[in-house]
Amino acid sequence: MSEAPEFRDPKAIAGLIHEIKTLAEDVDHQVTLMEVCGTHTHAVAQAGLRQMLPKGVRLISGPGCPVCVTPVDYLDRALALADLPNTTICTFGDLMRVPSSLSSLEEAHADGKPIEIVYSPRDALDKARANPHQRIVFLAVGFETTVPTIAAAIAEAEATDVDNFLILPGNKVMPPPMRALVEDQELKVDGFLLPGHVSVLTGWECFRFLAEDYDVPGAVVGFAPADVMRGVADLLRQARAGTAEITNLYSRVVSSSGNQVAAKIVEKFFEPVATIWRGFGEIPGSGLGLRSKYSHRDAGLIEVELPPPHEPEGCACGDVLRGVIDPPECSLFGTACQPATPVGACMVSSEGTCAAWYRHERLTGVNR
Amino acid sequence: MCLAIPMVLEERTEFEGVVELDGIRRNISLMLLPDAEVGEHVLIHAGYAIGSVNAEEAAETLELLREYADNMADL
Repeated sequence: MSEAPEFRDPKAIAGLIHEIKTLAEDVDHQVTLMEVCGTHTHAVAQAGLRQMLPKGVRLISGPGCPVCVTPVDYLDRALALADLPNTTICTFGDLMRVPSSLSSLEEAHADGKPIEIVYSPRDALDKARANPHQRIVFLAVGFETTVPTIAAAIAEAEATDVDNFLILPGNKVMPPPMRALVEDQELKVDGFLLPGHVSVLTGWECFRFLAEDYDVPGAVVGFAPADVMRGVADLLRQARAGTAEITNLYSRVVSSSGNQVAAKIVEKFFEPVATIWRGFGEIPGSGLGLRSKYSHRDAGLIEVELPPPHEPEGCACGDVLRGVIDPPECSLFGTACQPATPVGACMVSSEGTCAAWYRHERLTGVNR
Repeated sequence: MCLAIPMVLEERTEFEGVVELDGIRRNISLMLLPDAEVGEHVLIHAGYAIGSVNAEEAAETLELLREYADNMADL
């Protein structure tokens, strides 16, 4: 871990837990807090933070894992593109094992299909440069943290005339599904742990609507155990006082307005579009499509034949992603659906809620 | 997927940089953080520097955490 040891000092965390317990004693109702970032899901499960919280404080996960919320037809399209001549698919590793309607990128790769894992969109761009007669399609999945890196790769492709670099647009932004969550009558969220690295790019102010329009507080937090626990303490303090504010507890990297250079590059190439989230359906303005001026880089416009979309039977990923159920409440969890044989997307990525629970928390039961 | 790692910017040209952490060095792009200065901690995600680490704010948070730890020692 690259950050100072204080962020995972057991004594500091014990101090925070002591504060959390004291605060929770003064709140007369159950407090449900939601994190909406896969990296938080993983960090919370790995450090066992949920088990340290007092009864009455519930910490749940929302739609924070980008590959988990990516609908099945996106993967179907990626696989269909891999069947085209002179076409190579480049993807972040997280997407490889996510089930499509018929198979997965990993299975197709094992069958010899041209699918490669890259660490950065730049690696895909380099590949396009090195193979001018191949069409290189980068699978553009990820939230606000990742979008600027893809926009920057497109900018570089434009500036250096790398015409064979394309993307399959599938990026998403967080505020619209969060609005859907606070409007969901089925789910009562008392506060949000807000995504730290998304906020590096967007700035924390983009979450003000939660407090101003819905009276729901939020705390922007980092990813070390002490960061997360500070967020929990802050939200409990707000629950006790009855306030709804957005607090920035990750001020070492997050500002109010974010990275404006990145915002301009994103704005140049992308525009908001309606897109489908697993578990939510279509949410207006929640996706990013390429502007028509750059349609020559849009692999989503290439005509391919798609199978009828098929979600795995019995899979409750949709309810898990909305925080309506915890993973053990799904009938497939831990039996038919395990990390080695995942049925649903949430069991695939290490950031998926089900995978995080299975690896770290399956013996501790449901926390409600 | 939104994992980002703070690393030290060791050298830079107009758009490219070299960052280091625990002896590991990486070439990264500075397109999204053109004003980054050599010697500062920058946050790296998918081959790009996406933000700077504010040393003053980091120090304040660390001080706060030390207070939590000290208070626990006193209990």
